[in-house]
Amino acid sequence: MVLLSLLKKCLPLSCILRTPKAGFRSTTSGGLIIQSVSNDVYQNLAVEDWIHDHMDLENRQVLFLWRNSPAVVIGRHQNPWQECNLRLMRQKNIKLARRRSGGGTVYHDLGNINLTFFTARKKYERVANLKLIVKALKALRPQLDVHVTDRYDILLERQYKISGTAAKLGRAAAYHHCTLLCNADKVVLSSVLKSPYKGLKSNATPSVPASVKNLFEEDPSLTCEMLLDAIAKEYAMQHQIDNHITLINPADETALPGINDKAKELRTWEWLYGKTPKFSISTCFNMVYKGSALDVKVNMDVKHGRIEVCNINLPEQWLPPALCSELVKGLTGSKFCPEETTTLATTLLRVCPQDDELHSKWNLLCENMITLM
Amino acid sequence: VRIHRVRSCSSIGFIKSKYVCVFDESALKFSHSQRLFRTSAVSCGQIVQFKLSDIGEGITEVTVKEWYIKEGDSVSQFDSICEVQSDKASVTITSRYDGIIRKLHYNLDEIAFVGKPLVDIEIDASKGVAPEEDVVETPPMSHEEHTHQEIKGHKTLATPAVRRLAMENNIKLSEVVGTGKDNRILKEDILNYLAKQTGAILPPSPKAEIIPPLPKSETVPAAPKDKARKIPVPVSRPIVFSGKDKTEPVTGFQKAMVKTMSAALKIPHFGYCEEIDLTQLVQLREELKPLAQLRGVKLSFMPFFIKAASLGLLQYPILNASLDESCQNVTYKASHNIGVAMDTEQGLIVPNVKNVQVCSVFEIASELNRLQSLGSAGQLGTNDLTGGTFTLSNIGTIGGTYAKPVILPPEVAIGALGKIQVLPRFNGKGEVFKAQIMNVSWSADHRIIDGATMARFSNLWKSYLENPASMLLDLK
Repeated sequence: MVLLSLLKKCLPLSCILRTPKAGFRSTTSGGLIIQSVSNDVYQNLAVEDWIHDHMDLENRQVLFLWRNSPAVVIGRHQNPWQECNLRLMRQKNIKLARRRSGGGTVYHDLGNINLTFFTARKKYERVANLKLIVKALKALRPQLDVHVTDRYDILLERQYKISGTAAKLGRAAAYHHCTLLCNADKVVLSSVLKSPYKGLKSNATPSVPASVKNLFEEDPSLTCEMLLDAIAKEYAMQHQIDNHITLINPADETALPGINDKAKELRTWEWLYGKTPKFSISTCFNMVYKGSALDVKVNMDVKHGRIEVCNINLPEQWLPPALCSELVKGLTGSKFCPEETTTLATTLLRVCPQDDELHSKWNLLCENMITLM
Repeated sequence: VRIHRVRSCSSIGFIKSKYVCVFDESALKFSHSQRLFRTSAVSCGQIVQFKLSDIGEGITEVTVKEWYIKEGDSVSQFDSICEVQSDKASVTITSRYDGIIRKLHYNLDEIAFVGKPLVDIEIDASKGVAPEEDVVETPPMSHEEHTHQEIKGHKTLATPAVRRLAMENNIKLSEVVGTGKDNRILKEDILNYLAKQTGAILPPSPKAEIIPPLPKSETVPAAPKDKARKIPVPVSRPIVFSGKDKTEPVTGFQKAMVKTMSAALKIPHFGYCEEIDLTQLVQLREELKPLAQLRGVKLSFMPFFIKAASLGLLQYPILNASLDESCQNVTYKASHNIGVAMDTEQGLIVPNVKNVQVCSVFEIASELNRLQSLGSAGQLGTNDLTGGTFTLSNIGTIGGTYAKPVILPPEVAIGALGKIQVLPRFNGKGEVFKAQIMNVSWSADHRIIDGATMARFSNLWKSYLENPASMLLDLK
């Protein structure tokens, strides 16, 4: 690992990035391969934003290599409640990120590599990029049965998905990024990508589930480093540039001015949840209290991640109606979020009769409401 | 639309005086050095249909996913208009024009077609208005410039001493009006010039600065007159601030706060403050911290404060009670569920440690660790946040000495702990020593708690903390 990083020279990125046409001593045409030293998904997504917004890609193309610690990454117009198990992710400390490109939901961990191909908008061409990856893989391991589909996936043995693709086009620049499964945790992957939330109706882009496989399962000698190097080598060859990987630090404000603000925005609740297209929930849950079972029906409309309309149907007189309407009133306009709901619900208990039975019923209802979020 | 800006304005001033302030288009036609701008041509704007441009890869259809603007908004070139999606690609469509959005051709989630109109934009017509204002403004300025140039044309006469003075103060001699012989610049002229720069002694007016060179005989009496004129007059400039008020509805956490505090308002609070010498406790904690660390628990001061409070509540159970709505009944709570105010990113939350009366200091510390990590992850459950009977707020970790905490219903008392400061105090022998002092501010419900009770509870709590060994006697 140490040897490989020594081979990657660390050129002063600031001069390269600010003078795109000059400063890159050993290239003939415009091509640059960079790799992130960070495993923070928000920082790495911020690098993509930064390059897209600030770099002049008219005469140069960039390949960005990155890996993340466990995270679920949803597409720009997706609904996280529909796509993944947010509850489980909170328990396991797996981050949620929303990228700016379209497409479906993927799971990242250190066994997965991410590749971003930056070009001028006119030179945007996904199939060529994916074919480059396949060529690199075949050069590394000629026996691998990998090919590109018309859905821009890369399949192993004609059935297992090893790579998913998404893209973002701006005014003058564009990028195409994709994943590549080397040695990711498939157990965690399938458990977090299964949504437990029922009764959701939304126009958000749905993901298409697929069977996945790690390249490691085909050939245990493969590592992420090897794949990254093979792809970089092929890219360098095709773009006629030196096989030179420049390391970048996404936290370096001097090399990438404004990057920390970009990363900050990607972490905000407003971006992660607030950007969810309008959706509705119509569901019911079953509660057991002192031996008897109760059915509770809940209907909610959620817009910009906030509850616009809220209806809770409880068995009559199980709880004081005034208290229930206070809860509904409080939830309306609040974030569709377990934290806010818990705070609201527990605060309401302070201003009602101090009755142990009432408290335990209330807590039961609220715990169940929270499972919807 | 071509907008011709008016140039070289001095002749406009000339025309203006001739035609007595009536800005007549026909008058301009006579001045061949200017070109006309057309005020009538673009007054109601031109509607342009902005078509969806080619996405590439042979894509013909996309779905509109988000509008960044609405009808009536003004846009500038390169502003984002909308986000469309096609086949895993998200595309930001930006405006090619400056103008006002007049029509959106698609609703959200509708299919949009490449090459067909996406929005209608009314091209900006307002640019035609600006030059008119420019023309009115320029006459006085041009006059000044003209005269200034005349001054610049003369050789500036000044003695070496005066030149040095000017150089030392970074003054261009050409900018100083000389009042000496042959328009010589005198030392007083430099000093006057300096005074004008630093003190804004004269109200800024173009005419005032350009004093044409006076003949010598008039200069001498003029100088004292000038000086008399230079009374410090503060220049009032209109302060321009372009920020806007922002109104948002109160939701979520804030709503919860509003509810709690509105209820708390009904409780008549009385306050009681005290100073605690924590010197011995600080030392004790230093000794115990590594032991707790070995057991995987971070030990702060709070577990001691909490346990001492519980010991105090055993003697003064009314502080751990609850008064019903009608103030008819007081319920003495058996469990000491002591709440700890926590500041999170979202706002204030108060989880509580249950049954402190049967917990050891270590157990309290362990529970606090659990609550703190859940709190910062936003994962506290309803059970942790309900059932509190008494609260301590450690505002001192942020700062402050004394506070006036608000009781959290249905409780009847609360304590706010200030920061620990190192202060000089006298010991028993009358010597000054370094003491670790912390202030506590109690608030209690005066309907059922009187001052004496609060004072005695506070004294007991204080004695436990000032002499931690005494806690051993009463620990159960």
